Amino acid sequence: MFVLIPLFPLLGAAVNGLIGIRGFSRRAVGATAVGAAGMSFAAAVAAFVGLLRSAEPAIVKTLFTWLPPSLVRTASGSLASLRVDLSFHYDSLAAVMTLVVTGVGLLIHIYSLGYMAHDKSYARYFSYLNLFTFAMLILVLGANLGVMFIGWEGVGLCSYLLIGFWFRKDSASNAGKKAFITNRVGDFGFLLGTGLLVYALGTIDIAGIAAAVEGGALAKGTATAAALLLFLGATGKSAQIPLYTWLPDAMEGPTPVSALIHAATMVTAGVYMVARLHVLFSFSGTALTVVALTGAITAVYAATMAFVQTDIKRVLAYSTISQIGFMFIGLGVGAYAAGIFHLMTHAFFKSLLFLAAGSVIHALSGEQDMRRMGGLRARIPRTYRVFLIGALAISGFPGLSGFFSKDEILASAFASGQYLVWALGLAGAAMTAFYMFRLIFMTFFGEERFTEKAGEPVHESPPVMLVPLQVLAVLAVIGGYIGLPRLLGGRAWFTRFLERTTGAHEAGLAPGTEALLMAASVAAALGAIYAAYVIYVKKRGEPARRFAERCRALYQTVLRKYYVDEFYGKVFVGGVFAAGRIADWIDRRVIDGLVDGTAGVARRVSRLAILFDERAVDGAVNGVGKAHLAASSVLRRLQTGHIYNYALAVMLGVALVITIAVAVF
Amino acid sequence: MIPIEAVIVLGLLLFAIGFVGVVVRKNLVVMLMSLELLLNGANVILVGLGRRLDSPRGTIFAMFVIIMAVSEAAVGFALVLAYFRQKKSYDVDALDDLKG
Repeated sequence: MFVLIPLFPLLGAAVNGLIGIRGFSRRAVGATAVGAAGMSFAAAVAAFVGLLRSAEPAIVKTLFTWLPPSLVRTASGSLASLRVDLSFHYDSLAAVMTLVVTGVGLLIHIYSLGYMAHDKSYARYFSYLNLFTFAMLILVLGANLGVMFIGWEGVGLCSYLLIGFWFRKDSASNAGKKAFITNRVGDFGFLLGTGLLVYALGTIDIAGIAAAVEGGALAKGTATAAALLLFLGATGKSAQIPLYTWLPDAMEGPTPVSALIHAATMVTAGVYMVARLHVLFSFSGTALTVVALTGAITAVYAATMAFVQTDIKRVLAYSTISQIGFMFIGLGVGAYAAGIFHLMTHAFFKSLLFLAAGSVIHALSGEQDMRRMGGLRARIPRTYRVFLIGALAISGFPGLSGFFSKDEILASAFASGQYLVWALGLAGAAMTAFYMFRLIFMTFFGEERFTEKAGEPVHESPPVMLVPLQVLAVLAVIGGYIGLPRLLGGRAWFTRFLERTTGAHEAGLAPGTEALLMAASVAAALGAIYAAYVIYVKKRGEPARRFAERCRALYQTVLRKYYVDEFYGKVFVGGVFAAGRIADWIDRRVIDGLVDGTAGVARRVSRLAILFDERAVDGAVNGVGKAHLAASSVLRRLQTGHIYNYALAVMLGVALVITIAVAVF
Repeated sequence: MIPIEAVIVLGLLLFAIGFVGVVVRKNLVVMLMSLELLLNGANVILVGLGRRLDSPRGTIFAMFVIIMAVSEAAVGFALVLAYFRQKKSYDVDALDDLKG
């Protein structure tokens, strides 16, 4: 009964949002939200076990018909019956996603109990968080693009609500709007892609699309166009070039939100969607190359910006963009399982890093600038330990989860023959290791650069925050072993499990080559960590400062995020404003002119009508009266009033009548 | 036997005298008297023609005319009396309330 998985968070959101927000105590709100998340996780585990035991690769559950069947004429001219059901689809890909969403979600719910303990809008926060979980699960479980789109928009809405959670802060509400509007651009692509598939195939059922594509019902060009439009949606949700600018700003939201939505789950929706429609993307080929290149370029590009950020959460935000780029590399070279594998491990270590960063911020009572940290290793050792594990995992340190997943992606990229993508990926991996350890060294090593406020000493976080961190740390360490490659004696269980859904993908590399590649990425990671150590610990960041001095222009460009925000602001926001001004001008001059002109003409016409009324109609009426008066003034003379006149008239009349009578008869 | 032409001429003469009297005279009483002449002119012709045709109808019709003339004279003189009381005059020229 996998349909229960999204039901619990929905109930939790409804209870907290409708009732809890008015009368629940903090404890009751927390219990409701965490209970909903926990039951959802339990349902996900149960469904997962059920899937493992079942012989069927996928279970489909239709709740009801959403849009009744209607005939549509497809591009080929044949009639197809388009019917959209509210139906859910559960297979190995959905199983992995639901486990990640509910599992990481549960831990973050628990962590939030501590992190948000002093916030006024406790119930609102947890209601949003549950609602997000619900929407994400709908996205993951939707069996057609329509249901998926409900979740797709739902997570966007929750993201907006949670980024702007502290909406009294201008920057937060602006960041929420920015995220939402940027996502709208992508969503538009998603809708257009869906529409194109309806036009070309007459179905938006994912299984139906896959069957139609495999049956050769789709032209290559159409497939590429549809796939690229859908991928535009993915770049919006997953913060890839060109629609990535919202994610760093999204860090205005509470840190657990950054961990859950803007690191572990929502931003991977694009990755999931591409994997879900892998048949379409594979068929197109061109689209797949675009995905790989976009991922590779984003991976490196975002990493460069992480080099210079000083806000601890923003470093992690750029890191997220970069890591999702890695996932797209995996998808783009056809290794869907590898991409999803990295999605899962990334969910573990990136939410770990975010939550640990939250713990650091909590310890320093809200300080986020790494330039005012340092030396925290001794002050908050537990947070330091889990942070270090997360950083090692994301850097690809051998034996930790990130190592396996990243290595599988890079190996697949190499095997696919796209060496440019592979090289960019390797560079991105090295850069990741460097900026992560720059962050570690700036935060936890060196001299203490912060000033303790009176009454608020640096303090380790409470257990309710630390325990989820430690669980995530364990996952970040062991999460990779379920996909241990054959080369290292594993059986690649995860890959085989996922390939029940995504189809087999053989890297086809000689063991020697694979070992060499592995050695290369390990060397890159370790080298980058050592470089960071030398620069930021041994030489106290002096080389970095000198480099920034020497290449001032370059440093400024990167620090200002390549001026992309300014560029978008000028071109798109400014463009919209300019268009608005033009529309305003047209409104005022043309439309108003037309309306006023019409009114003027109407007034003139009515004035004519008045004239006609007054002259012609009134004239006629009065004229009749006057004619009567004139006639009567003549005729009245006949009425003398003298009786003898009347008598004469009567007599003459009689004589006349008699004369006529006699003359005629 | 009086020839019928003579009777008709007499009747017409009486009628003509009465008519002229009604139209020309200004005295209301004289006008009413002229009206009687006028009616009796017609009566003469009615009776004469009745005899000529050997029919009682002419005489019967004349009787009706006489009765009508009596009633007319009764109502007419009552009106003349009322008029005189109001205007102290029999002159018909003062009687022009219907003048347009």
